[in-house]
Amino acid sequence: MSDETIDKDRRLLLTAAATVVGGAGAVATAVPFVKTFIPSAKARAVGAPVEVDIGDMQPGDLKVELWQGKPVWILKRDKESLSHLSDLTDKVRDPASDDAQQPDYAKNEYRSVRPEFLIVIGLCTHLGCSPSYVRSGDVEYDLGDGWPGGFFCPCHGSRFDLAGRVYKGVPAPINLMVPPYQFLSDTRVLIGDDSGVAS
Amino acid sequence: MSGVINALTACRDWIDTRFPLTKQWNEHVAEYYAPKNFNFWYFFGSLALLVLIIQLVTGIWLTMNYKPAADLAFASVEYIMRDVEWGWWIRYLHSTGASAFFVVVYLHMYRALLYGSYKRPRELLWIFGMLIYFTLMAEAFFGYLLPWGQMSFWGAQVIISLFGAIPFIGDDLALLIRGDFVVSDVTLNRFFSLHVIALPLILCALVGAHILALHEVGSNNPDGVEIKQNKNAAGVPVDGIAFHPYYTVKDIVGAVVFLIIFCSVVFFAPEMGGYFLEHANFVPADPLKTPEHIAPVWYFTPFYAILRAVPDKLGGIIAMGAATMAFMALPWIDRSSVKSIRYRGWKHKTALAGFTVSFLILGYLGIQVATPTYTWAARFLSIIYFAFFLLLPCYSTRGAGPVITVYRWLVRGLFWFIAVLAVAMAASDGDVVSNYFAAAILLLVVGMEYSKFYLTDRDKPVPARVR
Repeated sequence: MSDETIDKDRRLLLTAAATVVGGAGAVATAVPFVKTFIPSAKARAVGAPVEVDIGDMQPGDLKVELWQGKPVWILKRDKESLSHLSDLTDKVRDPASDDAQQPDYAKNEYRSVRPEFLIVIGLCTHLGCSPSYVRSGDVEYDLGDGWPGGFFCPCHGSRFDLAGRVYKGVPAPINLMVPPYQFLSDTRVLIGDDSGVAS
Repeated sequence: MSGVINALTACRDWIDTRFPLTKQWNEHVAEYYAPKNFNFWYFFGSLALLVLIIQLVTGIWLTMNYKPAADLAFASVEYIMRDVEWGWWIRYLHSTGASAFFVVVYLHMYRALLYGSYKRPRELLWIFGMLIYFTLMAEAFFGYLLPWGQMSFWGAQVIISLFGAIPFIGDDLALLIRGDFVVSDVTLNRFFSLHVIALPLILCALVGAHILALHEVGSNNPDGVEIKQNKNAAGVPVDGIAFHPYYTVKDIVGAVVFLIIFCSVVFFAPEMGGYFLEHANFVPADPLKTPEHIAPVWYFTPFYAILRAVPDKLGGIIAMGAATMAFMALPWIDRSSVKSIRYRGWKHKTALAGFTVSFLILGYLGIQVATPTYTWAARFLSIIYFAFFLLLPCYSTRGAGPVITVYRWLVRGLFWFIAVLAVAMAASDGDVVSNYFAAAILLLVVGMEYSKFYLTDRDKPVPARVR
């Protein structure tokens, strides 16, 4: 310590080194704090498949089941409404289901495995509200005389047809999501699991 | 008697040699000189502090009986309301306090708009204030999930989905906020933590910074005159009066009047007809069914109406974000040297009046179901809302440098583009009402051209001293 002069270069080096090492430490410390925010192992594990009895459903019936905390709709469609789906090709945004909103086995005209059963996640693709099932001729919502039946989101007015395809000119950008599922028998369907099904 | 006073003085001196008690008291209260011409609008700063204290105290008491778990939360709120002694009172103070906070803060902010309090040298003061406002919005949003009613659940679902629409990072960000694939117990638990610990701490720190910045630069006043430019021999502003006792006493009067109104709401209309506590929130959260009509609480509705006015998911979110963030730019986009509205020209008065009306009506529209008529009305008013910010540099800049000339052309071009777009949209949708609104937008743009709204406004001379 006999030398009274300050070695500024050495001071700068020490300051820079301390800042870099300390900064790296601060960033590394932040990682666990941020990581706790992502879904926990428990939250990831939940989502067991749900088995549903569909034997008692009549054409036009809608069943709502909870899977992964989300509402899943099972809609039994009659022949007549299935035949009207092709009329809507010009009115819906993605008539051929080109967006990956369904497993490959549901990428067809009816967006389903068995034409009479539509199975979709009942959350609007706009901001996540759960739309209402509005049959043709229902007066609760004024959707016009020509409404062929489908789903209407009361939050921001999005409309979907009976195959969960989104109409043009509404806030929702894409079709309703089809979850993975498989039929176990004529009366039972398993939602959330399609293992063993050719996809 | 003198013995007691001597003892107290000795006690004060003992503290003063160890902690700057008297120094701080003088600096921030007894010798803080505020302009003598404060009016009604200057009550709301101290009232905001009062409401903050009410919220902190009632919040601590609510936390003693509330349970932040999805299967217990709703019932614990009902327990507070029915079984806890005076629990209903504590909760109504807190829920009414939330709305009162926004009433007071909006009026406080509007005062700054009227008298140019955001202008130099108070830019940082204004920025701190805006950060307080944003923190308050987050605090209100997190708090609204806690009762775990239908509106809590679906409101959170919609707002978190807004973040999900951000390109590239949106889905991961939404997952990070929820901590689950849907709004769930995990979400409720972390919102509780943020609502009762993180944000109140940030809020208090920001309020401290806000007040420190205020006392550094000094208060503005309705004339927008800097009182520090006229000091007497002792260095005290001639037009200033000590905050204590003059304004402490004045603010107590304001606090009494405020508390009379506040308590009237707490005791006689705590739900405020569904505006302070929404009816759908008296039903427990049901992830299978969305309420028929979802609307945010009233203090978010102007921005919500702007969100819905834009016919595009991402565009709407950008517009909503811009509508809240635009205030941050005010100190720099307002180029006029005149602060107070009293001495501003007719263009600024007109633009501010248009902004005021649009904000209020948008707030109404945001509560209503978005019919085509209301959506078009919201479009028209959103244009006026943003016009306030976009036009401000145009008419407040003196002189004619190349930057402002280019900017003026850009803004004019933008308004013409919007007008043409509106006319095209109205023509294609086949709705009669939309034509009227498109015509109104076109008329607005033509009117701005005709009145030379883009050119420099004529401000009035500002007096040297406050009146």
